[in-house]
Amino acid sequence: MELKDKLISSFFAFEEQVDVNNDVHQLRTKAIKDFETIGFPRKKEEDWKYTSLNSILKEDYSLFPKKESAIDYNDVKKYFIHDIDTYCIVFIDGIYSSQLSNTTHDKIDACLMSSALHSPKYKAIIDNYFDKITPKDSGLNALNTAFSKEGAFINIPKNTMADRPIQILNFSTGSEAALMVQPRNLIVVGENSHVQIIERHQSLTENPVLTNSVTEIYAEKRAQLDYYKIQNDKGSASLIDSTYVEQKQESFCSVHTFSFGGKLVRNNLQFFQRGERIDSTMKGITITEGKQHIDHNTLVHHIEPNCESHQDYKGIYGDKSTGVFNGKVLVEKEAQKTNAFQSNNNILVSDKATINSKPQLEIFADDVKCSHGCTIGQLDEEAMFYLKTRGIPAKEARALLMYAFANNVLDSVKIPEIKQRINKLIANKLNVNLGFDL
Amino acid sequence: MLKIKNLHASVEGKEILKGINLEINAGEVHAIMGPNGSGKSTLASVIAGKEEYEQTKGEIILEDEEISELEADERAHKGVFMSFQYPVEIPGVSVTNFMKTAINETRKAQGLEDMPAKEMLKKIREKSELLEIDRKFLSRSLNEGFSGGEKKRNEIFQMAMLEPKLSILDETDSGLDIDALRIVSNGVNKLRSKDNAVVVITHYQRLLDYIVPDHVHVLLDGRIVRSGGKELAHKLEEQGYDWIKEEVKVEG
Ligand SMILES: Nc1ncnc2c1ncn2[C@@H]1O[C@H](COP(=O)(O)OP(=O)(O)OP(=O)(O)O)[C@@H](O)[C@H]1O
Ligand SMILES: [Mg+2]
Repeated sequence: MELKDKLISSFFAFEEQVDVNNDVHQLRTKAIKDFETIGFPRKKEEDWKYTSLNSILKEDYSLFPKKESAIDYNDVKKYFIHDIDTYCIVFIDGIYSSQLSNTTHDKIDACLMSSALHSPKYKAIIDNYFDKITPKDSGLNALNTAFSKEGAFINIPKNTMADRPIQILNFSTGSEAALMVQPRNLIVVGENSHVQIIERHQSLTENPVLTNSVTEIYAEKRAQLDYYKIQNDKGSASLIDSTYVEQKQESFCSVHTFSFGGKLVRNNLQFFQRGERIDSTMKGITITEGKQHIDHNTLVHHIEPNCESHQDYKGIYGDKSTGVFNGKVLVEKEAQKTNAFQSNNNILVSDKATINSKPQLEIFADDVKCSHGCTIGQLDEEAMFYLKTRGIPAKEARALLMYAFANNVLDSVKIPEIKQRINKLIANKLNVNLGFDL
Repeated sequence: MLKIKNLHASVEGKEILKGINLEINAGEVHAIMGPNGSGKSTLASVIAGKEEYEQTKGEIILEDEEISELEADERAHKGVFMSFQYPVEIPGVSVTNFMKTAINETRKAQGLEDMPAKEMLKKIREKSELLEIDRKFLSRSLNEGFSGGEKKRNEIFQMAMLEPKLSILDETDSGLDIDALRIVSNGVNKLRSKDNAVVVITHYQRLLDYIVPDHVHVLLDGRIVRSGGKELAHKLEEQGYDWIKEEVKVEG
């Protein structure tokens, strides 16, 4: 059976696992119908021109794991940012793991979507925010909404600083021959509140995994959110991550996406600015090898005046890998005095690697400052020679130059342990030890 | 220490070095002078192992070993160092981290463990003091936004850190102010020993007042056409190259 049909027919089985007598379930039933109509994205759609899901949709995925698997913390400790205090919301094969998690309801809520969806305490928040900004023309969003049940629920009330970063970890154990999971996260950052979030998807075996994740983020007035996505999964795991951010006036949101692993990774990242003096920042480092395919599809929707957006994506593509950067900046007529910056710089390390970089600026306001730049190049030969004359062999010299190329994206990372971790991942990915602590 | 025999080199099919012979012994300082475009930087780069330049004929022998086939980094491991006329900017790598990588890669090639962090810091402190380099400077990206003189001083700092056997300094004096020239020359002199050798490429006698050469060579159109003592540099300073060009024409 094709995956689409399998998903649709599994919806009845899914309904037996959830409370069907509430508003959320009405959204689900509508969403499964939408998915039936829209289906999976196809290459003839403009936004999917360079990314085909065909190869990953062919697998015979289990949709509900047959059993709950446990993991020993020591086996997965390395995937946590464990050298600082954090709250952790951990899922194993899509199922909440109380043993690995460290949730809280003290001043802030960092807990489970499944409980938030059904608890009267959070009804107002769910009514206000759940599924409000996910674009409805996307089959993948509809699919996720239809099966929305579990994920992270983070609620930072007004005037509150989250006392530690919150980690969302999704492990897959390989207990199923192939598994599809669909996490659904909701994050609400109240007025004047601050939070930092780290998200990671990690499969522990070579069994194929497909993750179709949807995250909605709401930043109220003057809220500040920093979100770090660490994508360093196995070569058998694919991820479609759709993250939507709605910001109110004077809020600041940054999303850093570090894409090193995975077979196929598609990041849909969209910001909607609903207020003045908003700052939206998106940064990314992508390093690929083999036949990896990593696609960044971004949108900043400037709706109101006096806002800023900053995009800085760096990519290093090796072997036969392919990259896509499709960055759209949409400035509405009312959004005067917008400052929108976008830059996408790429290095092709191999002549069989490809990058498709497509910046799109659609500007309807006349008094704006918008810039975009895209470069695709090779490593500088003179710089290579310079490093080699200092005794640095070609492989390390190449790595050092690549590291140097990507490195400034890390300047805006506010948690030093994450910076350190990413530096290590970069060094691993480039397969070098550069003789200093990156 | 270094013997160059009948060295020919071309770039993009154009012959630039047309038969260079040069012998440099440990403990010596050699100066190479010559008009713009005569091939001085090319000679330095060919010795350092730049692949872009094709060595079509001749031998480069470093301490009884023919090194023509070696990669630039392998030559560096054997003690060859070149201070660049135009040092390359490497944004995103600090001077300190760059030096750590360079030293540890060299040690690795020599079968040694990484230099202990403490020792490394001590060495960095010592050598930066020698060249009167501000500590803040060392955490900046390598050469990025450095002034011309700062770049040159930084080149000699790297030389001091790497302690090469053979140092080729390509126009290290250009861009240095008078005080910096003194500091940098003083640094080079402190690094000199009976076991290493220095080749200075320069247009000006001034540098040679500080780093006094044992031999001066004149490179003209890819050939060494005159060699002499330090008085040759004085003569060039006063009279320029025309007289040599004339003499060479007559001889030719
Ligand atoms: N990569 C290259 N491609 C083409 N020509 C080159 C290249 N490198 C050097 N040359 C040529 O070789 C000749 C010698 O250049 P080189 O840089 O060695 O001169 P130089 O003696 O160092 O001059 P200066 O005193 O100006 O530094 C010049 O004519 C130069 O244009
Ligand atoms: Mg030169």
